[in-house]
Amino acid sequence: MAVNKWTAAQVARKVIDNEELFILDVRNGDAFKDWKIEGHKFEYLNIPYFELLDGVEEILPKLPTDKDVLVVCAKEGSSVMVAEMLSEAGREVAYLEGGMKSWSSYLEPIKVADLKNGGELYQFVRLGKGCLSYMVISEGEAAIIDAARFTDAFTNFAKEKGVEIKHVFDTHLHADHISGGRHIAAETGATYYLPPKDATEVVFDYTPLTDGLNVKIGASKIDVSALYSPGHTIGSTSFIIDNQFLLTGDILFIDSIGRPDLAGLAEDWVGDLRETLYSRYRELAEDLLVLPAHFMIIDELNEDGTVARRLGDLYKENHGLNIEDEEEFRRTVTDNLPPQPNAYEQIRQVNMGKINPDNDEQIEMEIGPNRCAVR
Amino acid sequence: MNITKTLDATGLACPMPVVRTKKAMDTINSGEVLEVLATDKGTLSDIPAWAKLGGHTILEQKTKEDVLYFYIQKA
Repeated sequence: MAVNKWTAAQVARKVIDNEELFILDVRNGDAFKDWKIEGHKFEYLNIPYFELLDGVEEILPKLPTDKDVLVVCAKEGSSVMVAEMLSEAGREVAYLEGGMKSWSSYLEPIKVADLKNGGELYQFVRLGKGCLSYMVISEGEAAIIDAARFTDAFTNFAKEKGVEIKHVFDTHLHADHISGGRHIAAETGATYYLPPKDATEVVFDYTPLTDGLNVKIGASKIDVSALYSPGHTIGSTSFIIDNQFLLTGDILFIDSIGRPDLAGLAEDWVGDLRETLYSRYRELAEDLLVLPAHFMIIDELNEDGTVARRLGDLYKENHGLNIEDEEEFRRTVTDNLPPQPNAYEQIRQVNMGKINPDNDEQIEMEIGPNRCAVR
Repeated sequence: MNITKTLDATGLACPMPVVRTKKAMDTINSGEVLEVLATDKGTLSDIPAWAKLGGHTILEQKTKEDVLYFYIQKA
């Protein structure tokens, strides 16, 4: 039987198209429990590769023959070995090229909406990490918000679309993933913006992203307006695009809200977080489509793979927006927080420009889920 | 500690360090100690987990200049 090789892009299609898949994850149990490839209709079997060194006969009855079987490991090597053993045992299986490393790195650009005069808004979904980046395109120009560190994904997409990247924004100093923002700006000559209150320790030049800042994209002047919305960090800033879309960064998600502790100041920022969620956002139009910088669980994806919900609906459905009692709210976002993202302190240092790890070190730092939310 | 055999698995990527460790273990006797050198960080969790599976004992584990050392006593 042949051993097939699947790319992360092929797996991403299975997730977005809601297809079935059986994943044989051969990493150790802790790694699997911590983080795996999530799909609406995926089934899993976790058997570490080192339990299969003497043969795969024992697991054959547990593997379906009527659906695709994908063998997954951390980097690829062990999944190739196990896939070959299964193949010799007469099963047709595939392995994931590059393993969880490549899954963590893959970005799928999905169109959220058409804007006036041929403009477009894209969401870049990083399924493996739950990170969301955005690109606004209008008449030959583009703006990028919360770019992942894979700068090629954005610059190549801009090239395909024949647009020049003019503005690159980060809604805040990220702690869960490494920003590609300033590198894209350096490469393309675009302006790089960062909220000054998050940037007190950065060692590079940036343009301050302040409340009320407004840039126009393209001749039809698609509006990108900044709204100061602290709470996840003290500088956290949202964007309203074309009066239709609210990019909330790590303040408000679909099924959760931002956590205030990743820069170490949970107690101090609880008040800001509440003010943003319960006052500032409340004053905005309910028809705004909320586009966050993360999702936590696969159920937050819409049918087309985007992560987006009407603000008015979130005020009805999102538990974090419906905690009447301030004291209870404070407890919710400061007590019993989930574990912090992998290497979050180092990642902040990278995003400040203080340390410059090589690509392999960056991959290691970004392993695992984003964990930026509290539910 | 009396080291019976040393396996140099530095530079090898997963799954080879564990595969070679298993093979080397097959060549020593119960109670004897295998020293394993590796650079793949995955071995940090995988070699102890594999050893536990076979009932082997990790007598010592250390990191020196980016090289991981494991001392495994055969069950």
